[in-house]
Amino acid sequence: MNDKTRNRTPEAAGISEAALLPAVDVFEDATGITLLADLPGVTKEQLHLHLEADSLSIEGEVALETPEGMEATHAEVSLPRFRRVFTLSKELDGHKVTAEFRNGVLKLRIPKLEHAQPRRIEVQVA
Amino acid sequence: MYRSLFPHDLFAELDRLQRETGSSLGTSPSIRGLGRGGFPAINVGGTPNSVEIYAFAPGIDPAAIEVQLEKGVLIVSGERDPSLPAEDAKATVHIRERFSGRFRRVVSLTDDIDPDQVSARYRDGVLHVSIQRRESALPRRISVE
Repeated sequence: MNDKTRNRTPEAAGISEAALLPAVDVFEDATGITLLADLPGVTKEQLHLHLEADSLSIEGEVALETPEGMEATHAEVSLPRFRRVFTLSKELDGHKVTAEFRNGVLKLRIPKLEHAQPRRIEVQVA
Repeated sequence: MYRSLFPHDLFAELDRLQRETGSSLGTSPSIRGLGRGGFPAINVGGTPNSVEIYAFAPGIDPAAIEVQLEKGVLIVSGERDPSLPAEDAKATVHIRERFSGRFRRVVSLTDDIDPDQVSARYRDGVLHVSIQRRESALPRRISVE
């Protein structure tokens, strides 16, 4: 492996504690990519976004209000953690990522680099 | 030539493997998984005094969630708007996993709950319904005279 992988944190390399894979929607338009991720039960403070080289990782801890002494009888969300890592491609501008987090849904906007955005090329007639 | 080297479902297969290991490490995987087969995913817990239901329904206007309690059954229903761009927009959808549309889930409850003592709160995309158990059903210590 190269240096990039060796320097990664355990979280980024995906070898830390087990986590659920959040459901996401990803769509692309002319100026960039929009990513929506479902992270129910994650507070803003417990949401961690890391961008390292071309790897974008989304991680969140689920914090529920539970009364004392509660015993789970049925659990579909079986782990208190979400994690998912994406690899960005070269034409995306990792420095200009914007994030919104509301009601457990994360919205990331990753713009394309200026020079990667589509341009209309004028056809010159001689 | 490339077709035969990379059968087109290979990546889907890897994705599935990753998903399965991702959700099953450490604990036993749930019968419905998360977000697949049932939306919202539901966790239920209990204390001697109450029953606690957590519905994982992110991205919904709290006013649009309907919670009903009738005949010992809790019904959570509502609708989640599709957040993907409209079909005519010049956008390509790469991944589409999030649920959209109408949903309805039913949780059957034990007999000892008090239908008059219910509270429901929506926070960080999780609907938390707390139902108190009836006084008479609480375990009581009987003193011996």
